[in-house]
Formats: sequence, C-alpha cells, structure tokens
Amino acid sequence: MDKFGFTLVKGRRIDYDSNDRSIAEYVSAHEPSFRICIECGCCSAACTTGNFTQFSLREIQILLKRGENDGVRDKIKKCMLCGKCTLVCPRGVNTRNVILLIQEAFRKNIKNAV
Amino acid sequence: MQFDPFVIPFNIGLYFILIYAVVRSVRWFSNLSRPDKLRLQRGFFGSAFGRSLKEIFMESLIHRKILKANFRLGYMHMSLAFGWFLLILFGTIEADIFGTRHLNPPYKAIFFKFFNPDHGRTGFEAVYSFLMDLILAFILSGLILAVIKRFSSKVVGMKKTTKLKLPDKIALTSLWLIFPSRLIAESLTSGVYGTGSFLTGSLGSVLASFLPANQLAYPFWWLYSLSLGTFFLLLPVTRYMHIPTELFLIFARNSGIRTGDQSGAFTEIQTYSCSSCGICIDACQLNFSTGITNIQSAYLMKGIRNNEDVNDIAFNCLMCGRCDRYCPVGIELTPIRMIRRRAESVEPPEKSLWSRYFPDLIKIVNTRSNGHPAFSWLPQIKTEATEVLYYAGCMTHLTPAIKKAMIRILDASGMNYRFLDEAGGVCCGRPLMLAGKDKEARELINFNSGLIRDSGARILVTSCPICYKVFRESYYLEVELMHHTQFIKMLIDEDMLRLRFLRKKVVYHAPCDLGRGSGIYDEPKDVLRHVARLQPTGFDDDDSLCCGGSLGNTRISYRQKNKIAADAASALTKGNPEILATACPLCKKTFTTVTDTRVADIAEIVAEAIAPNPPELKKHVVKELYREPADMI
Ligand code: SF4
Ligand code: SF4
Ligand code: SF4
Ligand code: SF4
Ligand code: SF4
Repeated sequence: MDKFGFTLVKGRRIDYDSNDRSIAEYVSAHEPSFRICIECGCCSAACTTGNFTQFSLREIQILLKRGENDGVRDKIKKCMLCGKCTLVCPRGVNTRNVILLIQEAFRKNIKNAV
Repeated sequence: MQFDPFVIPFNIGLYFILIYAVVRSVRWFSNLSRPDKLRLQRGFFGSAFGRSLKEIFMESLIHRKILKANFRLGYMHMSLAFGWFLLILFGTIEADIFGTRHLNPPYKAIFFKFFNPDHGRTGFEAVYSFLMDLILAFILSGLILAVIKRFSSKVVGMKKTTKLKLPDKIALTSLWLIFPSRLIAESLTSGVYGTGSFLTGSLGSVLASFLPANQLAYPFWWLYSLSLGTFFLLLPVTRYMHIPTELFLIFARNSGIRTGDQSGAFTEIQTYSCSSCGICIDACQLNFSTGITNIQSAYLMKGIRNNEDVNDIAFNCLMCGRCDRYCPVGIELTPIRMIRRRAESVEPPEKSLWSRYFPDLIKIVNTRSNGHPAFSWLPQIKTEATEVLYYAGCMTHLTPAIKKAMIRILDASGMNYRFLDEAGGVCCGRPLMLAGKDKEARELINFNSGLIRDSGARILVTSCPICYKVFRESYYLEVELMHHTQFIKMLIDEDMLRLRFLRKKVVYHAPCDLGRGSGIYDEPKDVLRHVARLQPTGFDDDDSLCCGGSLGNTRISYRQKNKIAADAASALTKGNPEILATACPLCKKTFTTVTDTRVADIAEIVAEAIAPNPPELKKHVVKELYREPADMI
C-alpha cells in the first residue's frame, strides 16, 4: 500500500495508434447503429450462445472499437443469430446486422484484419 | 394481290418469336432435374394438362386473380391479353370464312382489312365487322388505362408502378402503337371504301372527309406491321418475356414441380414469369409502412433476371410471405429469396446481344464455407425420456409469461412432459438459415435433432412459429410436431383441459411463419373461440400483416421496425378489442411496445381460463393416447 494512485499495466494499455479499427469502421459505415451502443451488456446477458460459452457481444463490440481484432474472427462465429440481443438492446442497435457485418468484414479481409 | 411488302416486319417478328419460344422451352426442359422432367412428362399426358389449360385461360387471359385483387388493374390486363387473343381468334376465323382461300398464313388474318377492304358492307359480314370493332374497342379501352397508369398509377388503383429499362421502353412503345395504328389503318381503309363498323367505319368517314385517306392508309399499315414486328423481336429481352414463360410455368406447376431449396431451371422459369405487375409492391409493408420501395419481389425477380447484384434487395425483406400470397402469377417468391440469400454478391457480367437473348441458366451459387464447424463447442446434454417434449425456443425465453402459461397448461393437462430448453437451449437454426447460413444452421439442427431423438418423445410442442417452421421443413424427426396452439386444441378436443369462457373481446394476429409460412390458421382461432369472443380484423388468415419484428430482415432499423409494428397494431385494434392475441413470442414482444391494447399469447389467455378446480381428468384418454414407456418411473 505504499503506492497510491494509478499505474499503467502494459498489457492493458490501449494503443489507438497501432490498433486496427478498420473492422469497426466497416461495420459502422454499413450499420450506423453500431455507434450508439452504450456497452451496457444487456445483449450478452440475454445471449443464447453466452449461456454455454464465454461469448459476449458487448465484449466483441468493445474490442473492435478499440481495434483489438485478434481472436474476434473466431469468436464471432459462435453467434447463432437468434436475435435475442436485438430485442433486449435498450439503444435499438441492430445487433444481428452488426454480427453479420463483422463476419463479412473478416471474410472479405478488410485491411489488416487478422 | 394477296401479298404486300409491308407484312414482312410482322412475319419476321412472328416466326422469330415462335421459334424462340420453342428453343427456350426445350432448354428449360433439358435443365430440369430428372425427377422434375418425369413430373412434367407425366403432367403433360395426365389430368394436369386440363388443369393447366384452364389456368392459362383464367389467369393468363382473363387475369382472374388480378381482377379479384384490383378490378381496374385486372381490367387493364384482361382487355389487353384476352382482347388480343379474341382479335387473333376471330380474325383468323374471319379470314377463313370471308377470305379468298381457307387456311391462310397468319398475316392474312392480322391485316385482313387491307386485303379485303370491301368486306363488311351488309348482312352477316356487317355483324362480324361489328364484333371485330367491339373487340378492338375493348383492347383500346384497356390500353388507355395502361397509358394513364404509366403516368399516374393511382388511376388503376395502384400506389406504385414499376420502373423500366430501355428495351422495355421500346417494347412498351411498340406495344402501345400496335392497336392505335391498327385502328387508324383500318379506319382509313374503311373510310376510302365506305365500309367498317361503328368504330372503324365512323372514324374512317370522319378522317376521310378532310384527309387524303387513300394515301395515308398505307403508311399506317406499315406502322402496324412494324410495331408488331418490333414488339415480337424485342420480347425476349424485356419483361414481356413473361407471356410465353408463364405458360411453361403453369404446366410445370400443375405437374407438381416446386422451387425447393436449390436454384435450378424452375427458379429461372419463375423469375422470367414475373410480369412486373407491381402487385407485390402494394402488398409489402416495407412499402406502405416505411416507404422502402426498391426491394420488393418485382425488383428481386428483375435483378436476378438481369444478373444484377441483388444482395441488398434479398436481405432487406421481412420474409413475411405477403407478396407470395398476392402474386397473381403464383411465383414462390420467398423460397427464391431464401435461395438467393445463400449466395454472395455477384458482379454483373458484361452483356452481349447474344447473351441477352440466350442468357446462361440462372445459377445461384452458395457462399463458400471454410468447412470448419462453427458450433463444435456445443455441450453434451442428456435428455430424459418423456412423452411430450416442450421446446420453448429462444424468443419464448424473452417472454416468460408465455413460458409460464405453457407450464401451467401442461401441468393441468396431466401429461407426462419434459421441458427441453428449460435452462436455455440451442437456437433452432432458422435465424441462421434466414441469413443464408445453411451449413451453420445444419449443425444446430443436428444437435437439436439428437436431443429430441434421445428423449423418445412422441409429441414435440413448440411455442415459437419460427422454430415450428424449421422443425417441420428442415428437421427429419419422427415425433408429431405441434405448435402450442395445435396442442391446446388437441387437449380441449380430448377433454383433457377444462376451460372457462372469459367473455373478452379478442382479435387474432396470425404470425407469418405460422400462418402463411406453415398453413396453420384454424387451430389458433378455434382455441380463441373456445375461451373468448373472437372478432375479425380484416387481416385474417393469409391476409395477415407482419408484426415487423421478423428475424428475416437484418437491414431495417429499430425505428422502421417499430413503424411497421405500430401500423399493423393499429390496423388490428381498430375494433377496440380487449386483447390482441397472437401465437408468436416475437410478435408479442414487438406489439407490446407499440400499442395500448393488451397483447397476449393464446397460451396466456388459455392459462387464464383454466378452471380453478380442475375437474376429474379423463385418465383413460391419456393412457390410450400415450402409453407410458417401460423405463419411466
Ligand atoms: S444491449 Fe445494445 S447497447 Fe447494450 S451492449 Fe448490447 S448492443 Fe450495446
Ligand atoms: S443473436 Fe447471437 S449474440 Fe445475439 S443473443 Fe443470439 S446468439 Fe447471442
Ligand atoms: S412478383 Fe408477382 S406480384 Fe410481383 S410484380 Fe412479379 S408477377 Fe407481379
Ligand atoms: S416477403 Fe414481405 S417484406 Fe418481403 S418483399 Fe414480400 S411482402 Fe415485402
Ligand atoms: S415475428 Fe411474427 S409476424 Fe413477425 S415475421 Fe415473425 S411470425 Fe411474422
């Protein structure tokens, strides 16, 4: 307890300069409601896939917006497109289209996408 | 004397289109799958042949369905198609009995007046001329409507009319010119000779009184022949290709050929059969509620025909099936859209003139999948053996009232049941299919099928029409599948559920996937009538509206969905019912936010009506119907 205050843990630092936000940009260009997500997590709470796995749409949206695309390509495939997230979202984010667009962006290998 | 060079354009056009129609038909036939070929052959020599002829007469000539849907539009189509048919038929007869010889080439009948200008002065000849004039007037009246429709579609009672391409425009102009030029040519000739009946005769004498009719008639006969020839020559590359194609389609459909879930010759025939009548545009809620007017099936058909990139069109649709219901040609529009959804966007290829006339077979190629299973992480779940298996479905978990009501009903029925996805299950796979991801959907289907099979259940009950449809169409199950409305109906009929009458005014919204999608209309209404006062809405059975919440559309926004829902809800609650009843958890959820009327699933209403002290249940019925398996308790 000798140090009071905040330190920057290297592993948790978000480096916006080197991160690749192309996927997030692709998605928001085609589905503007991607931008209005408040990361509340209702979608993850209702999620059918989330019932079985660690899958979280909220997490994925945050990662993409930060440009930390690693691993999202495989994660996003787990969604069953059931649509519960769309129904519970308080902001009216068109989540199913967001998910489809993320998948499409990875399939099309949008710039730098892993 | 019996030949004149002006008939040449007409002759070229006519023989071209006849040969072309045969060549295209042979190509379509050879592209059909083997079983479909057999079906068509059998249909051609069986009772389907008569039915087809009748349908061709009723739909392709009279346009009965359009007449029923919209009289003015139907009249327009009928006068052009049926009128033209009559003109050709009676013209041929006229040429045969009054001409110099029997069995004339077609041009003799079409240009009869030119070759027999003196015909029709007295007696039977005059009566026949009167008939021919009457038919021509009939066609012209429809033509006037068509011209007005092009400029103001409201006149024929349509809100939207389809947009045209250049060849379509030329073909349309020549089509429009055919009958007026015939009228003027015949009138002028009649004017010179003092023949003709009430139309051509009167117009002819008026024109001849101040014009040099003798010199003018000849150019108009040329115009008549040229416009016929141009129309026939352009027909294959315009939407008018639907005229010959529809005949083939009617034979194929009556022989039992269906779209299925693969693209093939039948899909192609159907896309060419669309007449761009625009009825599907008027029927579409995306049009009249949200003002989206470029994605309707007319445009999908046109886009597929022209090899355009229709990805955005294909996905921006509720898959509600309203257009299928209203399409007068009976094209299976939603199945075709479903097939198209599985394909990636395509680059429209360069089109040569040759490929316009002889396009490659429309092939809709599925998106390549990387072959890795997407859902290999699904857990191993053991299901316990049971008689009745209840699968609530994802959506029902978001509307717990329906789930609770169903449990109440199942408990009250005294049946031996298990709740398959009590702790949340795996999606049924239809949402993935609607997004064109069939491979992934198959994995979920296999997973769920395993669970259902392991339970040994005899009856599978589901609360969600979306699940119901995919269970019915894409699962291979040996259980009896029931939507909960069917199940409740059975319980009532078997006297396993005693219900009070609620004295409430209800209206029923038929969910798309349950009604138009699966053909279940009566059971939900029977159940409602049993417990409440069911009122008609004007949007009953296959006329029902979509709630807008459909999983079929990933493109429209939250606001647009709400607009569709609000419009639908206000249309349904016009009669101020106490309850807006539905049979779909998604419909319920969508409607609840947009109306003040109470929205409830049929299961909830039934659960409410369960008599407080359940009378003695007829246990023997239970035993008879459902024998307990040996390994149960
Ligand atoms: S529910 Fe909506 S707003 Fe909340 S995290 Fe999910 S997408 Fe974002
Ligand atoms: S659509 Fe996908 S992310 Fe949304 S709730 Fe269903 S499984 Fe979860
Ligand atoms: S799809 Fe059917 S309703 Fe729509 S324009 Fe074509 S023929 Fe008419
Ligand atoms: S299925 Fe429904 S939403 Fe789609 S085009 Fe047809 S009427 Fe419109
Ligand atoms: S939610 Fe209901 S009305 Fe809407 S598409 Fe589905 S079944 Fe049809």
